[in-house]
Amino acid sequence: MTMGTAQPILRLANVESTYGPITAIRGISLDLMQGQIVTVLGANGAGKTSILKTISGVLDPVKGTVEFEGRKIRSMEPDKVVRLGISHVPEGREVFPFLSVRDNLRMGAYIRNDSKAVASDLEKVFDYFPVLRERQNQIAGQLSGGQQQMLAISRALMSRPKVLLLDEPSLGLSPLLVKEIFTIIRRLNAEEGVSILLVEQNAKMALETAHYGYVLEVGRVVMHDACANLLQSDQVREFYLGMHSEGGHGGRR
Amino acid sequence: MLDFTQQLISGVALGCVYGLIALGFVLIYKATEVVNFAQGEIMMLGAFMSVTFITTLGLNYWLSFLLCVIAMAILGAIMERLVLRPILGYPQFSIVMATIGLGLVIRALVGIIWGTDDLRIETPFTDGVFKIGALVIAWDALSIIVATILLCAALYAFFRFTRVGIAMQATSQNMLAAYYMGIPVKRMFSLIWSLSAMVACAAGILLAPITLIHANLGFLGIKAFPAAVLGGFGSIPGAVAGGITIGIVESLSGFYLPEGFKDVAAYVVLLAVLLWKPQGLFGLNAVKKV
Repeated sequence: MTMGTAQPILRLANVESTYGPITAIRGISLDLMQGQIVTVLGANGAGKTSILKTISGVLDPVKGTVEFEGRKIRSMEPDKVVRLGISHVPEGREVFPFLSVRDNLRMGAYIRNDSKAVASDLEKVFDYFPVLRERQNQIAGQLSGGQQQMLAISRALMSRPKVLLLDEPSLGLSPLLVKEIFTIIRRLNAEEGVSILLVEQNAKMALETAHYGYVLEVGRVVMHDACANLLQSDQVREFYLGMHSEGGHGGRR
Repeated sequence: MLDFTQQLISGVALGCVYGLIALGFVLIYKATEVVNFAQGEIMMLGAFMSVTFITTLGLNYWLSFLLCVIAMAILGAIMERLVLRPILGYPQFSIVMATIGLGLVIRALVGIIWGTDDLRIETPFTDGVFKIGALVIAWDALSIIVATILLCAALYAFFRFTRVGIAMQATSQNMLAAYYMGIPVKRMFSLIWSLSAMVACAAGILLAPITLIHANLGFLGIKAFPAAVLGGFGSIPGAVAGGITIGIVESLSGFYLPEGFKDVAAYVVLLAVLLWKPQGLFGLNAVKKV
């Protein structure tokens, strides 16, 4: 990790987004360094998903700036954001249920015109997730939850993103599958050099996977540090990892 | 038996037209969850346009057909852009009212441009008949059936194999995910309207020789609506099958049953089918995830 010298590939500064009268995130600033995995932790409703939606252009912020590779992308149409190189794996998978696995993946490459490279990328994602190769002609709605998650990640990779936004990849999966998915997330980061912004409720898994972490509470960043340090922090240990710290502020809950 | 076969064939031909209009309903509904009540009027507009190209300008039938379909494709996209796009995301009710309004505007415009007299067009099929023994099939009817088969095959290939076609399916199955894939969803909506206007236009021109062209032709849309529901509203093969079923029922009940049954037969069949299979003949069993 070369922190400090590197430029962030994705930078949010004082971003505020609302759903009508409800403010989802209030003044979030966040950096994703090139080649890193950054995680955003927080309880349900803390605004994690809203951050990702704001980046991908589905949610328009009312304040602040979003920069990708030094370029302002705030309020850009979602399809333009994908073309720039940001790919979003939404919460709950959101595969196209009546399209075949293969067609789902083809849609992931919708923005690309280099059909040869697309074909070789298809082989590559099949190597990462062999079960998808076996089931490529099945319709996606028939896959299990874990397989759908694999499909959602693969589909996002098919656009050859520079940044991958992952929303709760562990949601509803068995511990074994969660482990498998996170192993592949780590490999994608190391082998393909994709920078990843990971939103997770499974704090332990996320902190063990990511390089840097942000802790979110009701729409605000309350803490950010390298994951190694966050894992040692009493507050994180108590509230997000469910461990009782010896001494410290025990009675606060 | 001969009468029966004769009625069956004309029923299928009429049913194909219903099916094509229903197809237009279904295409738009699947992609945008909007029921376009102007579908019948769009078909009527297509038929009137063919009068201008064929009778007024004296162009060849096939060329006119092509020009009409292209013109309707453009008009379809314009309608989407001007009428639907601005109210997208508003309650269904507003959108339905807007499409009904669109239909009324088209009716009025047609009256202003083409007048209120019945018009007809000359086609290569006019007065031609095809005889198998004692059975007489008008070329008009046959042309509708053949054209419907060809159109359906073309649509099937388009949705199954082309990138844009698959992207349209993707958009209709999960709009948010389509956005995340970089599919230009709004452009897909315009394209769907174009496509559905093209199909309606083809239906109008095919229908023109067997009925006359008049401003009330748009009411056929109301008959095509049960066809779409019968097929499961959301299923493309279902729309065509539903249309043909209703065409046959209408034709046979018009021949064998007392006067008046013809017009309600479609609805009787619709109610019966819905009691037995509430999701329609080809409807997907799964309840839509919200």
